[in-house]
Amino acid sequence: MKKKEILVMCCHPGILETLIRLIEKSGEFKATPAATAEEVLNRFSTGAFDLVLMGAGLAPEAEKELERDLHKINPETPVIYHFGGGSGLLFAEIKQGLDQT
Amino acid sequence: MAKTVLHKADSRSIADHGWLKSFQTFSFGGNYNPERIQFGALRVLNDDYIDGGTGFGEHPHDNMEIISIVLEGGLKHEDSMHNVAVIEPGEVQVMSAGTGIYHQEYNNDEQVPAKFLQIWLFPNQRNVTPRYQQERYDKNLLPNQFTQILSPNPDDAGVWIYQDAWFHLGKFEAGLKINHPLKHKKNGIYVFVIKGTIQVNGQDLADRDGFGLWEIDALEINTLTEAEVLLIEVPMN
Repeated sequence: MKKKEILVMCCHPGILETLIRLIEKSGEFKATPAATAEEVLNRFSTGAFDLVLMGAGLAPEAEKELERDLHKINPETPVIYHFGGGSGLLFAEIKQGLDQT
Repeated sequence: MAKTVLHKADSRSIADHGWLKSFQTFSFGGNYNPERIQFGALRVLNDDYIDGGTGFGEHPHDNMEIISIVLEGGLKHEDSMHNVAVIEPGEVQVMSAGTGIYHQEYNNDEQVPAKFLQIWLFPNQRNVTPRYQQERYDKNLLPNQFTQILSPNPDDAGVWIYQDAWFHLGKFEAGLKINHPLKHKKNGIYVFVIKGTIQVNGQDLADRDGFGLWEIDALEINTLTEAEVLLIEVPMN
């Protein structure tokens, strides 16, 4: 079965690395990192993602603007906001996000 | 009309890692139950038991208000903001993870297990500057009364967080009737029985039971035995 593709945005390098490692370790999902809004848009424009996980670092207005830009490219892909920074809530958030599709 | 949700102690998920036994009221880690995601802004209520000489190695957090209340033993905390502290019973610790922090927590004793409540609340704003605060509350604890141990206000009693939430804790004798008004009518309140048997607005509760209520003005608590109770008042949306 094809793994669900998750694009993970986080400006904090250590937390981004942790999130990618945890998601990949699950075996259920494939994770693609992006450290800036620009990188998110570039990757999203050229890839096929099932979910975008919005991690820490952007100002609230910038997060909303990025979400609007992503929806202009593909309104079907859920954009969810990550809280917690580690494994605690990560998989519940991903499953809830994928349930929206 | 009051709305309620009951989480009996034995309905919680259990994550048993040997060194750590975690009784989880809401979905956490590998335990996913779509019916148990949150109670308003309250997202995590883990009742953790850590063996002596063990603990959580360095790991990151972001965008979460993380509150620890130690019930037995001691928890040694170190974080990337250079805070080093031992949290003991009678103290409350809060970390606003904001843009991101690393920390580690270990049982401060090589032999004696530590027991603590790990409580996570969604923040009311994302990407704040991380902060840490620890405070004793037991010096203010009066018998048979709830004492505020957390609020949204830096100048108020207890620690403060980035959320319109209030925590109260109290130790009570048997046979008392206590009325507890909510700070805001639009908030909900989650009652967690640390120990004892009580009745809350007619609902019987025992050790480690949780009971959420909203669309109410006040709680009416009857203590059926000696009891220790934590109240978590949070926004519901």
